Amino acid sequence: MSIPQAPAGVTDSEATEGRIYTVSGDDWDELHSTLETEDFVSGGQLVINMGPQHPSTHGVLRLILTLDGETVTETRASIGYLHTGIEKNMEYRTWTQGVTFCTRMDYLMPFFNEATYCLGVERLLGIEDKIPERAQIIRVMLMEFNRISSHLQGIGPMGMELGATTIFLQGLRLRERILDLYELITGLRMNHAYIRPGGLVQDLPPGTLEKVREFLGYGPKLLGDLRKLIDANPVFIGRTKGVAYLDLAGCMALGVTGPMLRATGLPWDLRKSQPYCGYETYEFNVPTVDTCDAYGRYLVRMDEMDESIKIIKQCADRLAARRSADDPVMIRDAKIGWPAQLSLGPDGLGPSPEHIAHIMGQSMEALIHHFKIITEGFRVPAGQAYVPVESARGELGAHVVSDGGTRPYRVHFRDPSFTNLQSIAALCEGGMVADVIPAIASIDPVMGGVDR
Amino acid sequence: MTAGPEETHGAEGPQGPAPGEADGQLPARRGRDRLEAPVVRTGMFGVHDTPDTSGYGRLRVHRTPALSSPRPYGGYFDTIADALGMEEAIYRVVADRGELTFYVKRERLTEVAAKLRDDPALAFELCTGVSGVHYLEDTGAELHAVYHLASITHNRRVRLEVTAPDADPHIPSLVGVYPTCNWHERETWDFFGLIFDGHPALTRIQMPDDWKGHPQRKDYPLGGIPVEYRGATIPPPDERRNYS
Repeated sequence: MSIPQAPAGVTDSEATEGRIYTVSGDDWDELHSTLETEDFVSGGQLVINMGPQHPSTHGVLRLILTLDGETVTETRASIGYLHTGIEKNMEYRTWTQGVTFCTRMDYLMPFFNEATYCLGVERLLGIEDKIPERAQIIRVMLMEFNRISSHLQGIGPMGMELGATTIFLQGLRLRERILDLYELITGLRMNHAYIRPGGLVQDLPPGTLEKVREFLGYGPKLLGDLRKLIDANPVFIGRTKGVAYLDLAGCMALGVTGPMLRATGLPWDLRKSQPYCGYETYEFNVPTVDTCDAYGRYLVRMDEMDESIKIIKQCADRLAARRSADDPVMIRDAKIGWPAQLSLGPDGLGPSPEHIAHIMGQSMEALIHHFKIITEGFRVPAGQAYVPVESARGELGAHVVSDGGTRPYRVHFRDPSFTNLQSIAALCEGGMVADVIPAIASIDPVMGGVDR
Repeated sequence: MTAGPEETHGAEGPQGPAPGEADGQLPARRGRDRLEAPVVRTGMFGVHDTPDTSGYGRLRVHRTPALSSPRPYGGYFDTIADALGMEEAIYRVVADRGELTFYVKRERLTEVAAKLRDDPALAFELCTGVSGVHYLEDTGAELHAVYHLASITHNRRVRLEVTAPDADPHIPSLVGVYPTCNWHERETWDFFGLIFDGHPALTRIQMPDDWKGHPQRKDYPLGGIPVEYRGATIPPPDERRNYS
């Protein structure tokens, strides 16, 4: 701890920013005894930094709170600590490689990032209606799994920040099972790069549907257990009901979408209103509540997970009804589709031995094609497209611009975390400082998506 | 690197030319337009310094000509255009791949956005933010700001595009109409150097406050750390040979 001793003359920073004290925990009494009382008695405001390394800010979010006693009079958010230049990087890679970058943006919902980017590229290519149905079903299934895993990661830590470790552990226990499924399907727990322009990188491995059925058995039960823990929990209700209020007009003005918007009673869900990937063929409801508060957002997320389970069940039924032989997951267009199927060999994952034998031993043209499509990639006709998806946090869209080349000219992601986080001032100002915690948690921002 | 500046492929898009489209959309006419457009790239693989043995040495790639869609635009697009009116504020309309784009004169942007939001026949309540694009070859209109609007009432979408030259990178701010543009405009200023006049606090948002330059611009050097391997130095990605 260090308490800057006020020098004889007023320093520059003191003149512009007021006196600065650094407190790092457990040293408040020591600081307090050295303070000149008139600093606080004279109605001086206390400006505190919350974050960027604060455990309850859901990542490297820095909030600058101006306090009058325990009342928050001003909230400013400072972001950018996790900016990695993903959009710029994508301009120097092929269209297919772009998936590898954008999956890392909002790291809790990688499949949505991949899906919106791929849907944009597919619209530019004009192949939207040529994507194999099997690929679309698997996309929907993974996106709904992702909605559950993302909501669990939102609700679990929210419980922990309000003092309930059990909620956190219960939430993450179920999420862990979903991550196991991801690992089985894509090979990774996150950053999958599984959805590609034209379809998927590869088909589901054998045994996936059995694992999904298992999940459909225990998943709803664990979700029910979680609800029993939280729904009527007096502490949770006391901390969240009527807290972080934002009504429909506020949501519209601030561009807030997703569970926050549906907690104001408006059933706006792109899966229903502007369906993609065949969502119009699935049966599910759009849960809403009209409380406009943090508790309502929690309820909407919980109900959405139940609806996701319903969709996953329909996906599993459809996949089981399809014969897996000759049911492609990548577009049948050699100019776009990846030529090699992956297979697991003794030295790891790589192109299948049949493909290697074909290009190395039988067909020189196939070798040239393989080389061209993998090093150069495909060209995308010039133009721009924006195909939003209803992600776990709201409207996620990629503004994809092509100049006719083999690399994106510009990709901009409209990330819901970024937009929803703008409402933090509206949620917190005028409330108590303790209510800032459930307010952030009810937005459920992911800084990887905010900063990109 | 080529830079087709705007929407260009309406007639070549997935649907193909719609029946009854104007003469300007015919393939012969398109070919002529294409040849008249300025050359943006010669050769292939970015080879300029060594003798070209690729066989592509005489390749000349023209810029894709800017497209302007004639009426009817199709679907609900005509309803939007009729309800909006304001033809003098919109200098180009592109209906491409199922998306409608209005190119708005920058001095009229606030007015157009306010009408799109407030007119009950339009009711674009939701703005999903600003996306900047830097078209180096689009002389006099290098910087583009692209707004995607959504109408929840009518379940429609529309895109507004506004341009500004590099020499005068000013665009009116939409924060007064759509407060959600606050952070989005800060981000676009941060990455492209577009100045949104009337923004309450146009400061950097992603890059550090003392950062020099605007990284998403196409003329922003990537720099990078030179990698030396047996005497050869690998240049940063934007200076490497490429196919584009």
